[in-house]
Amino acid sequence: MDQLLIHPDYPRILSTLIFLPLAGALVLLFVKKESFARFWALGVTILTALLSLPLVSNFDTTTAKFQFAEQSMWIKSLNIQYVLGIDGISILLVMLTTMIMPLCVLASWNYIKTRVQPFMICLLIMETAMLGVFMALDFVLFYILWEAMLIPMYLLIGIWGGPRRIYASIKFFLYTLGGSVMLLVGIIWLYNANGGSFFIPDMMWKEYTMAAQTMLFIAFFLAFAIKVPMFPFHTWLPAAHVEAPTAGSVILASVLLKMGTYGFLRFALPITPEATLLFMPFVLWLSIAGIIYGGFTALAQQDMKKLIAYSSVGHMGFVTLGIFVMNVQGIEGAILQMVNHGITTGALFLCVGMIYERTHSRELRSASGVGKHMPIFVTFLAFFSLSSFGFPGTNSFVGEFLILAGAFEYSTTLALAAIPGAVLAAAYMLRMLQKIVWGGTDNPDQSWISDLNLREIAILAPLLFFVFWIGLGPQPFLDLIHTSVVALLDQFNSYHGQTVATAELIFH
Amino acid sequence: MEITTVSSAKLLLAVLVPLFGALGVMFMGKNENIRESISSIASIILFILVLSLVPAVLSGKTLVYHMFSILPGVSVTLRADAMSMIFAIVASSLWTIAVFYSMGYMRAHNEPAQTRFNACFALSIFGAIGVAFSDNLFTLYLFYEIVSVCTYPLVAHNQDKEGYSGARKYIVYLTTTAKAFLLPAMILIYVLTGTLDFAPNISTGIFPPDVNKGLVIMLYIFCLFGFAKNGVMPFHHWLPGAMVAPTPVSALLHAVAVVKVGVFCTTRVMLYVFGVDTMHALNLGIPTAYFVGFTVLMASILALSKDNLKERLAYSTVSQLSYIIMGVALLTPAGIDGGLIHIVNHGFSKITLFFCAGAIYIAAHKKNISEMGGLGKTMPFTFGAFAIASLSMIGAPPVAGFITKWNLLVGSIQAHQMGILLILIASTMLNVGYFAPVTIKAFFGKRPEGESYQGIKEAPLSMLIPILIACTISVIIGIFPNFMMQFVKAVTG
Repeated sequence: MDQLLIHPDYPRILSTLIFLPLAGALVLLFVKKESFARFWALGVTILTALLSLPLVSNFDTTTAKFQFAEQSMWIKSLNIQYVLGIDGISILLVMLTTMIMPLCVLASWNYIKTRVQPFMICLLIMETAMLGVFMALDFVLFYILWEAMLIPMYLLIGIWGGPRRIYASIKFFLYTLGGSVMLLVGIIWLYNANGGSFFIPDMMWKEYTMAAQTMLFIAFFLAFAIKVPMFPFHTWLPAAHVEAPTAGSVILASVLLKMGTYGFLRFALPITPEATLLFMPFVLWLSIAGIIYGGFTALAQQDMKKLIAYSSVGHMGFVTLGIFVMNVQGIEGAILQMVNHGITTGALFLCVGMIYERTHSRELRSASGVGKHMPIFVTFLAFFSLSSFGFPGTNSFVGEFLILAGAFEYSTTLALAAIPGAVLAAAYMLRMLQKIVWGGTDNPDQSWISDLNLREIAILAPLLFFVFWIGLGPQPFLDLIHTSVVALLDQFNSYHGQTVATAELIFH
Repeated sequence: MEITTVSSAKLLLAVLVPLFGALGVMFMGKNENIRESISSIASIILFILVLSLVPAVLSGKTLVYHMFSILPGVSVTLRADAMSMIFAIVASSLWTIAVFYSMGYMRAHNEPAQTRFNACFALSIFGAIGVAFSDNLFTLYLFYEIVSVCTYPLVAHNQDKEGYSGARKYIVYLTTTAKAFLLPAMILIYVLTGTLDFAPNISTGIFPPDVNKGLVIMLYIFCLFGFAKNGVMPFHHWLPGAMVAPTPVSALLHAVAVVKVGVFCTTRVMLYVFGVDTMHALNLGIPTAYFVGFTVLMASILALSKDNLKERLAYSTVSQLSYIIMGVALLTPAGIDGGLIHIVNHGFSKITLFFCAGAIYIAAHKKNISEMGGLGKTMPFTFGAFAIASLSMIGAPPVAGFITKWNLLVGSIQAHQMGILLILIASTMLNVGYFAPVTIKAFFGKRPEGESYQGIKEAPLSMLIPILIACTISVIIGIFPNFMMQFVKAVTG
């Protein structure tokens, strides 16, 4: 098991991070007081975030191995192990998850008025499952956690959601469950092909037949493309976002959508490299379709949550574009953009939630002109909107720049086809910003609206800090992912015995 | 000339002064006297700071200040060289004049939301100074976009239907062209060359010699249209559309920041990214000159048809901006000289004209030229200044515009382009055609019927003095062009 690197100072840190929220949830089962539940959940998530900091400070950027690894036998008869580890592909996603959860608790402080304890229990179980998905190195462990995420999310939407919450939660559940059934078949096939092992690193870079790889890739693709969601598998997303409570939307946008793209990087590329190459142009053009489609649809929305939901389809299209151009810039940009999308879109959903708490409407029209009464709020909103459409100096610009640079290296035509998406992003975000800050000549009367309180500023301020940190000094973040991405591409290229260049560069 | 590079934190300070000025205005907005003294003090400090860079730059040094590293070859870095100084001096000195003028205008007109106005004005200057001091394409793009966003609230200032629709057009044109053309151009340049830094001089450019020619031509076209603030047709509609804004904003747009940012960026990229040699080799210069020549003539013809004074001035700006690009595109020393010096000359003269238009509106509530018959006798200083600044636009000695015209004419002869020469002559006639009637009507025209001009007098002194200062400078730089010309000469070597 030479792919694992066990850190002597932190032998069980990943398990601690996974089980701390779960333990916190267990305590809440026995608590009746609502205010205690809020503070408890906040405390647990903050503690988890603090405990995750050593992952970054002790991360070895010189190796592509899985770090902070833990390994023990779980179910001996089936050779299912409990193996955890993180590398450059997952570390930022783990950090994003631990950082975003306290903000979700804070955002639900007054928003959730009924059944507070169950809500906080769901949030905490959610955190356990999400962290587990990014850390699991045994395929069964991964699959269990992958499916386990569905249940708390289903409850978050179905119980605390809006008027059409049942429809939205069932649609969400069926779509994602449907996609992952095929994944299970693929896992069992891989188990047999690898002599009865579920250990993920052992499955990578094997000489499976082309037919097997194709079947596996299709299984992976269905599971992950629905989760991303890639066009045309995206229809569950706007429904789920619109009905979900703010914290649900934030978790969905910031973390759950990343599961799909993480899956592509972790499984599709290393396990089915030949099939990846075969399907590459198809996935790339599907990404372009998503970018353009998401942009146009977002431009037409009157519902702020729907607008941001469709913008996510476009942004995630950029991420899959970056992954499948198969060069360092593209994949690094994609991973960075996953984090950026988590920060920026999460923040935008938080902002919409703050308006909703005041006006009880998600309609753009009823929010038009609130800028006059909420100057602090619109200052935050302005920066997050600018970040969302890739304004230079903000986090998304760096991600998009790298992805497009990777795309240009792969094919100028492809990259130019993605540009209208960038134009549309500016159009729909500026439209929303203009409406909220200024509105028109017939704004509704909102003189009673109060500006942000300290709790709300505390939610948005850390996200704004990261918007500019990644925007102006992305190097420390890129350093964390660089070695793993280079190793991934090296292995991908040596598997094929050549550098991938299916489309000739039109320059040089 | 040997170029040495020196690190200087003064550059950072110069960029930060308007930014902190804007923040100060925002937080001190309650008290208008404090608010406006912050604006004016910031503008004066900035002007002094910029002037303090002059000796170092003239001695052949390039000042740089590194701020952030984004990626290898992509950074936020400031630099002051001769070309930056041309624009920085214009923007900072005009800001000082404009601050005092807008104080008078906004108060006399009882405009609402003056805090927002002052803050956004300062932020736009922040963007303009950033553009002037950019060391690479990324920094340039960053500040270019900041100017676009920060001027939106200024254009929509009146918050009525026209204001919103004009401002929408404004932001749609500017962000769309920037995203659709500049962004891909910038990324492709990075993919091709591995850097976005400007070349140290105007000849070499940054492209390796074996680069795909078709691709470079495409990038060049993308850059020409991407900086749509330069007003080159067909992406010029935002400029007349933005005329709905109060006059100080128009002055900012037309003279101090926005359009100047556009032409500065365009010429900066032509000279320091593509370079004269590459442009010669790919034969990009002369076609560009003819292409913008169309804008020069067409915009002048459109200006003839406008009765609204500000609209006429707007089309005049579209036309004059293309002089700047045309001169540089000629790629001859005199052509480049004429183009770059016009950034200065046009700035001072056009701000005079817009200030006059604002003063006429405040004092007499007149917007249309046809209603101004005989008004010159009532407002002699305003219309006198207008007449002198018109002469500069036309290119008559001894006003600043003459220096431009002279150099452009010499440049077109050096480049053996009789067509360009004819365009210049024709456009001069057209300039006379649309500027002369304003002055003639005001001084010698008949009063409109039923109009007595009773109670109308010159605009308040806080507006009149800036007008006279801007007008005087237009004359001084016409008679003594050397101070600004030495920077231009340092660019062309």
